[in-house]
Amino acid sequence: MATGAVTAQGVRTQESVDQGKRDFLYIATAAFGAVGAVAAIAPFINQLAPDAETIAAGAPIEVDLAPIAEGQIMHVVWRSKPIFVRHLTQKEVEESKTADWHEMIDPAPEQARVKDGHDQWLVVIGICTHLGCIPLDKEGPYGGWKCPCHGSLYDPLGRVRHGPAPANLAVPPYAFLSDTKIRVG
Amino acid sequence: MSGQSTYVPKNALAKWFEARLPIGGLMHSSFIAYPTPRNLNYMWTFGGILSFMLGAQILTGIVLAMHYTPESSLAFNSVEHIMRDVSGGWLLRYLHLNGASLFFAAAYIHTARGLYYGSYKSPREVLWILGIIILLLMMATAFMGYVLPWGQMSFWGATVITNLFSAIPIVGDTIVTYLWGGYAVGNPTLNRFYSLHYLLPFVIAGVVALHVWALHVAGQNNPTGIDVKSSKDTVPFTPYATVKDALGLVVFLLVYCWFVFYEPNILGDADNYIQANPLKTPPHIVPEWYFLPFYAILRSMPDIFFIPAKLAGVMAMFGAILMLALVPWLDTSRVRSARFRPLYRPFFWVLILVCIGLGYIGAKEVTPGRIVVGQILTAYYYVHFLVILPLLGLIETPNDMPNSISESVLGGNATAVPAGAHAAPERKG
Repeated sequence: MATGAVTAQGVRTQESVDQGKRDFLYIATAAFGAVGAVAAIAPFINQLAPDAETIAAGAPIEVDLAPIAEGQIMHVVWRSKPIFVRHLTQKEVEESKTADWHEMIDPAPEQARVKDGHDQWLVVIGICTHLGCIPLDKEGPYGGWKCPCHGSLYDPLGRVRHGPAPANLAVPPYAFLSDTKIRVG
Repeated sequence: MSGQSTYVPKNALAKWFEARLPIGGLMHSSFIAYPTPRNLNYMWTFGGILSFMLGAQILTGIVLAMHYTPESSLAFNSVEHIMRDVSGGWLLRYLHLNGASLFFAAAYIHTARGLYYGSYKSPREVLWILGIIILLLMMATAFMGYVLPWGQMSFWGATVITNLFSAIPIVGDTIVTYLWGGYAVGNPTLNRFYSLHYLLPFVIAGVVALHVWALHVAGQNNPTGIDVKSSKDTVPFTPYATVKDALGLVVFLLVYCWFVFYEPNILGDADNYIQANPLKTPPHIVPEWYFLPFYAILRSMPDIFFIPAKLAGVMAMFGAILMLALVPWLDTSRVRSARFRPLYRPFFWVLILVCIGLGYIGAKEVTPGRIVVGQILTAYYYVHFLVILPLLGLIETPNDMPNSISESVLGGNATAVPAGAHAAPERKG
């Protein structure tokens, strides 16, 4: 496009505008600015994520099962959450296998709650799935847990039998290192 | 910002809102249509730069506060936690640390621009004084911020500066005890400094709003110091000043980022990476570079008549800032800009050199030779403001000045209308 001509006094005369060039410059600047803004904001958002110290403190823990007698429930802490490690009695294991799980609030067969070959061990996160209170051991008609806050009832496998809780007690990632030792997390 | 706003909202919702809270019109008349002298140079971009840096310091400070622990046995480790564990924490810390230094660099350049071009002269006296108040608030904020990492320099710098107040007769010791919240700098001191360090930047933001308001009442000064006489002398703030400010900011950010990414600790003191030890004073206590000239003035004062050296030092240090505040009345010249003041110009540069010299003296250990140099420089500083400035205005013959800004820009052709696309960039073609 034509650039401005110059008068004798050195003042530029009316010149036409290359609108295409101008549009390109506007869009290119805006695009660079947008990318730059995202790049600048990113560290401020990322700093909210759990830091290395918190992640390190949330490393997996090992739990020794040997001291837990039949019928006992041990409480441990992992990632600041209570973990229930329950040694089910023979009677509780059989009843869990025969219970009709299809009609439960959060249907789950016995096999989904425990690990293969270790039917007598239950590992769950001890936080009621309703609003987050810690349920009380061996309370309630099912002999599992009862939440004192709003009355949710759980069976010995941590499955919710009576609301208002909508889901079973969550199972954290865990694995058997041996018959008497597990790693949680 | 006088007269009817030229802002006309485009859609019905904007019209509805504008009738109830005319913030659109305010923004438009202050930063879009606002008439800006057409001859501003890059020395005028530092106001925008300073506003950006205030925002940057507040933003980085707020996210750092999410990870910092203001307790004397935990503070140092919490800063190391930020540096090592928090995602991007090293970057946020270095941004905040070097941001403070660059904030002061910009503030000093901005102030020097005012001194050179006479921006403090009538009717901008209140604008100038608001600026000095902002500088004082910045110094208080920076001082308290430096204490927070609880390193050796943090602790001992706090001890030295809070002890200054004991120089005040009668009430001095009580003031110091109340500042400390104890019998020495300690955990109570750290906690209250943290609270105030979080508060003051927002106070600064408020004073900045007043500063910009006062500026918009008088309008910008310009390198010729000649008042705006007609609309030929001005251009709309957007896009001209906006884009110029943006370019100035980009160059400034380049310098800022060089420090942050390549030499993040070069402006600091290595001793502050040692945890505070209340029983061991470092051999060489030095404040951050932006306080060095004041530190030099503080240390150089001897006993003066009945005023003990300690009190004289405190008075001279605060007096140095008072001198700045009084410049509108100390300078008797009828001419604003140093561009037309051939006698003032060399004295201005000598003052800059004296300030740099004072900074050098402040950084070095005290020796008899350096005390004398410090005293000479301090005396010259005061002589500049109390003797040279008033005298110069009376004896100086200013250079010939153009009749108007547009005349100085267009070179004697003030009648020619500035032509073409750049007179109305919001219209196409």
